[in-house]
Amino acid sequence: MSLVTLTGVAKRFSNGTQALSDLSFAIAPGEFVSLLGPSGCGKSTALRLIAGLIAPDSGDIHWNGARPETGFVFQEPTLMPWADALTNARLALDLKKVPRAQGNAIAAAALTRLGLKGFESAMPRELSGGMKMRVSIARALAAKPRLLLMDEPFAALDEITRAALNDDLLALAREDAITVIFVTHSVVESAYLSDRVLVMSPRPGRVREEIRLPSGKRDRMSPAFGEIQARVARALMVPA
Amino acid sequence: MTRAFNIVLPLLLGAALLGLWEWIVAVKEIPPYVLPAPSAIAAAFTGNFSSLMASLLATLSITLQAFLAALIAGVTVAILFGQSRLVERALYPYAVILQVTPVVAIAPLILIWVGFDHINTALVLIASLVAFFPILSNTTLGLKSADRNLLELMQLYGASRWQILWRLQMPTALPYLLGACRIAGGLALIGAVVAEFVAGSGTATGLAWRIIEAGNRLQIATMFAALGLLALLGVAIFASLSAVEYWLLRRWHESALQRQS
Repeated sequence: MSLVTLTGVAKRFSNGTQALSDLSFAIAPGEFVSLLGPSGCGKSTALRLIAGLIAPDSGDIHWNGARPETGFVFQEPTLMPWADALTNARLALDLKKVPRAQGNAIAAAALTRLGLKGFESAMPRELSGGMKMRVSIARALAAKPRLLLMDEPFAALDEITRAALNDDLLALAREDAITVIFVTHSVVESAYLSDRVLVMSPRPGRVREEIRLPSGKRDRMSPAFGEIQARVARALMVPA
Repeated sequence: MTRAFNIVLPLLLGAALLGLWEWIVAVKEIPPYVLPAPSAIAAAFTGNFSSLMASLLATLSITLQAFLAALIAGVTVAILFGQSRLVERALYPYAVILQVTPVVAIAPLILIWVGFDHINTALVLIASLVAFFPILSNTTLGLKSADRNLLELMQLYGASRWQILWRLQMPTALPYLLGACRIAGGLALIGAVVAEFVAGSGTATGLAWRIIEAGNRLQIATMFAALGLLALLGVAIFASLSAVEYWLLRRWHESALQRQS
């Protein structure tokens, strides 16, 4: 039984751009799915549709049951610059009027899980790019999401920071059994993280190919991982 | 070292210019009703100290009341604009008309409407009209400058309009508002002076009135003393508002951050 099913979803922006034409896919609970495609293929639009921030022009987004608690992580950390790491991580709890002490405890625990113990009172400007992204993920996890939508979250980070965050994200998502929809334009990243990669065509975006990847932890250095990458790359690079 | 230098250098220059001024007035025998020597101005200042201080307090009081009124009204209207495009479209042209019409031209009308019995209210109203617009326009801009993604994230978490206003839009607008306050503080003083000028003699007792009065009596030294106090008041208002701005923004805003060394 899938968590959410998109059927023939189309979206045109007010400036006339047809972002998505006929987008259909289903996401199973607990799955880690990457949406992989070139810039401007409508990946981000698909995420915002699933988040309910915008409505489709046509087609259907069907939830199996109520929409689950959803977290969103953007390409930029998008922290509140006037608030420290703990207050930023507490955002969803504050908005839901969770008592301050309880909110602090949950937010501090989330920061600790992201390796930021001791940085609770640090202001965003005092943190590195990778640490800011960790606060952003802690903010999402503090709300105890069942579904996590991530929009090229690590695209602006260096390779080493990105690899560490990839590992941590995978571990945390597995631990909490969170369903993740991960938008990226990186072959390596999608191959490393995903149970399934949905390769999208250039605008207007549709799913061109679906690649189911072997389960289990990958070894970045292994030839087997090289194979997986090659499979994903082939699907992405074929001319339309 | 450089910090002390930055303070000492202008002071030295000022002292040198005052000395030059004193010397020229003495050597050229310039009459005191044209240009009084700094020593004569100082004498006028100490001679009229208590009455000048009373006038200073009167002008300061009008300025502060006008500034506060403009602050409250400006922020309130900006929040209304932020909540409703329709209200903004309908009201903004009138705010602009209020801004571009010279206050000297509106002041007599306000004096008549409010009445000379409530002269202080009239002065505050005139001065606040001048200070209102920068606060309104900057705060409106600030409220609109909230990060799109954060806004959407808060909506995703079910935030109310009120929560979005207090937790996102107001903090975003704060640096804009504080910048506007520095301008509006100076404008409120200008507005207070203009209002006192227009109100004319008798009921107004502020520094501007002292300047008119001293001018009418050819007490140019007293005029200079009042003028000097007015300038000092302006600098003090600017400095205090800058200090408030620094204090509120020091932990996070780029404008208040020390450069890494």
